Formats: sequence, structure tokens, C-alpha cells
Amino acid sequence: MTHELICINCPMGCALTAQVEGGKVISVSGNTCPRGEQYAKTELTAPVRTVTTTMITSGGKPVPVKTKEPIPKEKIFDVVAAIKASTAPLPVKMGDVVLSDAAGTGVDIVSARSLNNA
Amino acid sequence: MMDIVIIGAGAVGCAAAMELSKYKLSVCVVDKESDVCEGTTKANSAIAHAGFDAEPGTLKAKLNVRGSEMMEGLSQKLQFAFIRNEAMVLCFDKDTSGLEVLKQRGEKNGVKGLSIISGDEARALEPNLTDEVQAALLAKTSAIVCPFEMTLAFAENALENGVQFRLSAEVTGIDKTDKGFIVKTSRGEIEAKAVINAAGVYADKIHSMVSGTPLKITPRKGEYMLMDKETVPTVSRTIFQLPTKMGKGILVSPTVHGNLIAGPTAVDIDDKENTATTSEGLNEVRAKGSLSVKNVPWGKVITSFTGLRAVGDSGDFIIEESDVPCFFDAAGIESPGLTSAPAIGEYLAELVGKRIPLEKKADYKDTREGIVHFAMLSNKQRDELIKKDPAYGKIVCRCCTVTEGEILDAINRPLGATTLDGVKRRTGAGMGRCQAGFCSPTTMELIAKKLGIKTEQVLKKGIYESEVR
Amino acid sequence: MKNEYGIIIIGGGPAGMAAAIGAKEAGEDDILILERDSVLGGILNQCIHNGFGLHTFNEELTGPEYAERFADKVRELGIPFELDTMVLDVSPMEDGRKAVSLISAKRGAVTLTAKAVILAMGCRERPRGALNIPGSRPQGVYTAGTAQKLINLEGAHVGKEVVILGSGDIGLIMARRMTLEGAHVAAVAELMPYSSGLKRNIVQCLDDYGIPLLLSHTVVDIKGKDKLEGVYIAEVDEKRTPIPGSEVYYPCDTLLLSCGLIPENELTVGAGVEIDPRTNGAYVSESLETNVEGVFSCGNVLHVHDLVDFVSEESKRAGANAARYVKQGRKAGGSTVNVSAGNGVRYTVPSKINTNALEELNHIRFRVTGVYTNVSIVITSGDKEILRRKSRILVPSEMLDIILKRDKLADITDDLKVYIEEVES
Repeated sequence: MTHELICINCPMGCALTAQVEGGKVISVSGNTCPRGEQYAKTELTAPVRTVTTTMITSGGKPVPVKTKEPIPKEKIFDVVAAIKASTAPLPVKMGDVVLSDAAGTGVDIVSARSLNNA
Repeated sequence: MMDIVIIGAGAVGCAAAMELSKYKLSVCVVDKESDVCEGTTKANSAIAHAGFDAEPGTLKAKLNVRGSEMMEGLSQKLQFAFIRNEAMVLCFDKDTSGLEVLKQRGEKNGVKGLSIISGDEARALEPNLTDEVQAALLAKTSAIVCPFEMTLAFAENALENGVQFRLSAEVTGIDKTDKGFIVKTSRGEIEAKAVINAAGVYADKIHSMVSGTPLKITPRKGEYMLMDKETVPTVSRTIFQLPTKMGKGILVSPTVHGNLIAGPTAVDIDDKENTATTSEGLNEVRAKGSLSVKNVPWGKVITSFTGLRAVGDSGDFIIEESDVPCFFDAAGIESPGLTSAPAIGEYLAELVGKRIPLEKKADYKDTREGIVHFAMLSNKQRDELIKKDPAYGKIVCRCCTVTEGEILDAINRPLGATTLDGVKRRTGAGMGRCQAGFCSPTTMELIAKKLGIKTEQVLKKGIYESEVR
Repeated sequence: MKNEYGIIIIGGGPAGMAAAIGAKEAGEDDILILERDSVLGGILNQCIHNGFGLHTFNEELTGPEYAERFADKVRELGIPFELDTMVLDVSPMEDGRKAVSLISAKRGAVTLTAKAVILAMGCRERPRGALNIPGSRPQGVYTAGTAQKLINLEGAHVGKEVVILGSGDIGLIMARRMTLEGAHVAAVAELMPYSSGLKRNIVQCLDDYGIPLLLSHTVVDIKGKDKLEGVYIAEVDEKRTPIPGSEVYYPCDTLLLSCGLIPENELTVGAGVEIDPRTNGAYVSESLETNVEGVFSCGNVLHVHDLVDFVSEESKRAGANAARYVKQGRKAGGSTVNVSAGNGVRYTVPSKINTNALEELNHIRFRVTGVYTNVSIVITSGDKEILRRKSRILVPSEMLDIILKRDKLADITDDLKVYIEEVES
């Protein structure tokens, strides 16, 4: 079966064509770099996303956070819910883990910004 | 028991309140909205008309000319923006007798400084007038005013002299009693000896709560476009068009804030809340405005809006004691209502005086300290102000150079702003080219802090359930 | 406090920070960054999504991370910056220096002087009024960026049922952001027959969440007196005029507008700088210098970029050029040629090149006017072809960056023309 998809690895957004047979990606074309091929393979078998959102801090304002690695696409809302149920203590440094193993994905949530108490 | 309840906190209601606050009277202003200046007063041409439009002998003529005379002195004592920028009425026809009629009418009304000039003379004064202009009536006393600031100044002055304000209080009924009236509102009843009905487009509804005689107010929709501030003004005078069979025409004028305004259309409607703009209306403003003035920067429109004029059936203002004694109507206050407002206040006080003895207060304060307009100050004044209060060193609204100090003043002063629109009308924050894109989060935060609510609960206009004032 | 500087940089966002670093690394120590916000980083602080930094850091960062890395570098290099500072005026002085008038709580209202000024004020969003959408003016209509700031920096809840007008990147990003915050995004309407956002954002922000993108559609009416109740969306014809009868009502409490960005050039105009009506930014030379000597412009205030990485690269060059100007003045001699935009090209930055001021690598940046497939980008100088590059697809949402070596341009005397050649397939 032929799948048309757009690579989201970088802003170039290459239009990819992939052949899938028996649950396996057998060929990819249209990519300008190897990451495009990898993307098509993952996207058509086990799609993943980096999730970015905010977590409330002990100071009352939000801090931006992200999944340290991409997580399975179907877990996005579970991960966001886990983040929204947590509070990041201040001060926080960029890169600090503010939540471990979010929603059972095994992926940590890290702060994307340093914030002081003020 | 109050002496007087004024229904409506627009320009007319607040002017009446200010006038009556000069006397030993207890006065309360009620309005259904959460702020003063929320109806017709907030969306109009912002012109202080010279007074050549109205038929001689009418209240409109008399009160317009008187209002225009009072305005400058009031603007200084009460600190609101007022600029005598002159006006022109353009004639596009070879036959310019229409201008002569206007001039004679104006002179009969007592308007000074009227003259008729040729098309070339007009273009010499205003280079952006179109070549189609044949002649113009020049009116030296015409002015522009900030309607928000003027009304707020009247209200704050009234408040300082003892007038009470009950806002977010919609009048639901009025009972006539032996002693006077019981005005029922969504926020309680008020007993008063006399009532002034200054309810704008709702004046007919309020009138009929007491009186059996007919009074009909038709909302007349007027659409406007406001253009970005100009370094070199397209026109410096207010440019009217001579009314023809085709209608009253579209004006193009600078505003006191340095923007350019064009409008209004004129369409009678039924819905007293319909302030939506339409593509037909805005197209009409563009097309007709371009007849008068070339190079109107239509590409730099920053907002468009609709005002509703309260049009009565008689063609004149209806300012009188109704068939019910001590119930006074100030209805049908369409153009030149803004200009006439202070004179209407005086006139109403005169009418009230025939029923309730007026005794002057010795301690009436006739001045009001306005909110500083940082953008208008010299650098030296700015520097001094920042040294006194560092909040004036923090610019919140980038487009109009409005500081945190001004916004805090607007929020914290008596009858202060509780909404984004309230802050905008008091300080100009959010009125500029980005239309509050940058400053609204900060302004919302400042309001939220004052009201003790969450940022997201801060409204553009209206009231929160927990807030009562 | 010091009042005289070598270089004053107006804006402490990605452009201003990179310009400062570029100037410092080129040997200029007497620098001051003036930032109106209370932190460095500008708009990046509210752009919490990832996708930044692939070119600059070779990894994918969020906006705040990208900003913090630059801010750390600014601190590390000891470059002075002042926050909560609003510049109100920039004027050239008789002796060639520039007067910079500013307001801040710390300094009051003062005028500083600088040998060179770098304009790095960024851009703002086009508001509703400029779009002339008819209807009422209720609460609930925001530009996408204002909503982004409220949600990401203030932690506010903005709405539950959302319609977005305009498929610019901020609009697309906010469609996903609102969805993750628990809102339902009913549709993204786009007036043009193509999206003005990046493809990856359409996939990641709309397709992932089943949000429909309505191309050739626009909002024709806004309903609700105090609070937004809904909008009418209609299809438009080729002339972008709404087709009567195609209106569909979408009940919603929030309408986000993502309808274009406007460089913030009020200060620029005040300084006497000529503005290119195609970009709404300054006309600049190869050195990113404006027509006013010693006044440079870079980043989104010069022309709206698609990627912050390109803003940083461009701004670093502006900083280095300003440093060079402070030390050596403007380079004289050589021939100056204009760079013009030909078929399919909306604008070029720079708009002129002095062959004496060329660097080893020289950039020509531009955007195309429509969607082109299987075409060539061609640059000529008179009859001489300087460059021809085939391209499978060119879209207006992408800023194109052509890098030319010095020897390609060193001898030219005729004006340069950049155009798209449509090849027969």
C-alpha cells in the first residue's frame, strides 16, 4: 500500500511517499535526508511526538515544559493530563526534571525555562 | 429618600449630575452598564459642533451653541482633551446656495466665525481636499473633543461633589408615589423626589414606565472607521459634506488623539443593542469619505465600530418635564448631543429648579484632576514624574505610550476602570495600531490584582458576578 | 550612569541578542541592549512549542530554551542590557551619532547617544480592525499571539470552543495549544488557497488532532454583544470575495486571528529610514545598513522571517557590520548595484549591494509570490547569469536564502535581478 505523508522533522516539510507491506515500510522516497526515511518508518508503524505545554509552578505562574524525548502519539493527552496534575517547585532551571515517567511512558518532563522565585 | 435619580450615565446624565452637584441636593446616577460612557456617548464622531446645523429656535440650536461656548472652559477646569480645530462643510455642486443657507442659519443661531470660501481657498487650507470641491463653509468655532474623557470628567466631578453612582443597575420599573418615585433597579430600589430620564436609546422605555403619553426613540446606526495615528495629518480640520437629497454625508476628521476618523452612516434600526458593523456600511464610509478627501489612508484602518444615535420623533431634543410632575425627560439626544451635553445639564437643572428649590453649595469644587497623559508631556515633565513614581517609567501600551502609572491611576481612582474597555477609555491604552494585542495581558493583570480576581476573569466590558460597586 | 555608547541595540529578542553577540565577537565592547519587556528573549518566551534551533544548535529546542541559550551567551560575554526600557525616538545628530530617547523607571526620560544603532524591534500581529471583518465587537476575539501570551505566560484559560482565522504559523500552533488546554477547535479558515504556515505545522497541529483547514474561506460576520457567540465562515472566490450563500455558522466563544505580521517600524520611520512597502521593513544594503548611515536593521523588523535561526544568523551579521562601521566607517568605492525582484519574487533583502563591502559569503533573502513547482531560481546581473538553482517546490510561507560567494559578485556592475523561471515539464 502507498502512503503519502509530510515529514515533520524540520521545517522543510518534505513530501514523502512510502510503500507499506505487511505492517512494514519497504521503501520511502521524496526525502532529502535520512531522517525523512526514519520518520516515514516510525510515523507509519509507531508515531511519536514531542509534547510541549506549561506546568503550574509553586509561584502561581506557569513554566514551559516538554517531554525529554518524543512519546507515542496516542499518549499525548495522558501526558498533558499528568503535567497539568503536577506543580513545579520554584526556582527551576532549564533542563530540570519536573515530572518523571509521565503517564507511564518512561519519558521525563523537563522545564524549558529557568524561573526564579520572584 | 434622594432628591433626584438620573437614569443613564452617558454624557447627558453625567452633565446633569455635575450641574446638580452644585446645589444642596442628594443625587444618584444609575446605569445598567458597569461603567459610565457605555452607550451612545462612547461611539460617535467626537465633534464639538459650531451650531449651524440646527433650525433656529429649536432646543438643538440653542443648546448646541451654548454647549460649544461652555466646552473650552470646562475642558481646562476638568482636564479633558478639547481642540478647536475648525471645520469645513464642502459643496461639490456649482450651485453653492446650500452653503449660504447654512451660514445664515448658523448666524441666526449665534454662531461666530462663519465664512464661505472657494474650492481653491479650501484646498490651500487643506491640501488633501479633492478637486471636486467647489466651495466650503469654514467654521472657526468647531472643535474636536474626547467624549470618554469629557463624560468621565463630568462623572468624577459630580462624584467628588457628592453625587452617588449605582452602576450595573438596570432600571426594571418606576412607581409613582405620593412623595415622588420608587426607581426599581436590578440592584435595589431608590426613592426620589424627581427623576431625570437620560437613558439614550432606552429613553422611550424608561418614559413609558411612568407616563402614558407616547415617546418613541429610534436607534440610528452610524458606522465609523478609525485610522492609525498620523505624523502628517491628512486633514487638520473636520471635513463635513453639505447635506443633499442623497443624505447627510460622511465626515472625515482628526481626533484629539491624532488618529483620523471617517463616518458615520445613517440607518434606522429596531434593535437597541445592534452595534455590529457591516461590509455595506464600511464600504459606504470609504466611498463617500473619498469624495471629500484624497489620500485617506484606508489601508491603515485600525478599527471600525458602530454607534447608535437616539433619534426622537420631533426632530428636536425632547427635554422637558413630562406629563407626570417631577419626571423629566432628556430624550432624543442625537447630534449635536455631545456638544450640547453641558448645556443640557444646565437646562435640566433649570427645569428641576421649578419643582425643587436650588440652593448653591458653598464648597462646590469646579475642578478635577485628570489622569496624566504621559505621551503629551515634555521629556522634562516625564523625567520628573518618573522620579516621583517609577510606575510612570514603565510603558504598557507601546502604540500610544501609556504607562503603568496611568493605568494604575485609572483603576484606583474613584469610579475607576474595572474592564479593559474602561482602562482604554480613561488612558488610551489599547487604542492604537495593535489594538491592545500587546498591552491587554498586562492591563488585565493590573485589573485582576486590584479586583482580587484571576487574570482570565477580567472582561473587555461588563461585570463579574462577585463585583459590586 | 553612562550615556554614550558605541552601539545601541533596540530590542532584546532573538534579533537584538544575536546582533549584540555578533558585534561583541567582531571586537566592539561598548554595546547596550535596550529591551521593553522585563526579560530578554522577546516573543520566544511565549513560543513554548519546539522546532527552534535546528540550524543554530543542531537540535530541536522550544522558544524559551532558544532564548535562554542566547541570553546566557549575552551574560557570559558581559554585554550590558537594560530591561523595562522603552525607546521613543531615534534621530541622527549633526556629528553623525544617533540620539536615542528612552523611558525607564531606572533612568527616567533620557537621551543616550550611539555611533551606530541596530534596530531589532521585531513585529506585531495584524489586528481585527485592519482586517475589516464586519460584525459586533465582543469579548473573545484575540490575535493568536495575545492568546498565546495569556495562556503560556499568564496561565489564563482563554476559551472552550474556538475558531481560528488565518493559517499563519502562530494560528496553527495555537490550534494545537488550545486543544491541549482542553478546548475544541472547530476550524481554521484561510482566505488564500494555500496556507501561510509551515507544512510541518499543518501536520502536527491540525492533522494530528483532526482540526479541519478550510482553504479559500474567511470569517464574514461576528456575533455576540458582550461575549462572542459565533462566527459565520464563507467560501471565497478567486478574487477573495465571499460567495453569497456559502456562509456556515460556527458557534464559538473564542476567535483567534492569525492574519499576518507587521514589522514594528515606527521608530525606524521617525529616524528618517526609507521603508520598503513590500516588506514594511527598511531598505537595506548588503551590510544590513539602512539609508541612514550607521543605522542597521535585522530580524523581523526588517522582514518577517519563517525561522528564528535565520533571524539569529542575519542579526549576527548586522552586529558585526555595525562593529565594523564604528571602527572604520562606511566602506567607500566599489560599485553599488540594485537588487530587484523579478517574476515570482515578492521582495529581496538586501535591495542593493556595494561590491566593496562584500563578505566571503553573501546572502540574498526573498519570498515567492505564490506556490511554484519544478522551477528554477535565477539571479542575473545584466546579461550575466550569476545563479540558477532548480527547486521542486517553492511556497510563500518559506523565506528563501541564497548564499553567494564573494567572487560571484565582486566584478558586477549591472543591477541584480532575482526571479523564478517556470520550466516546461
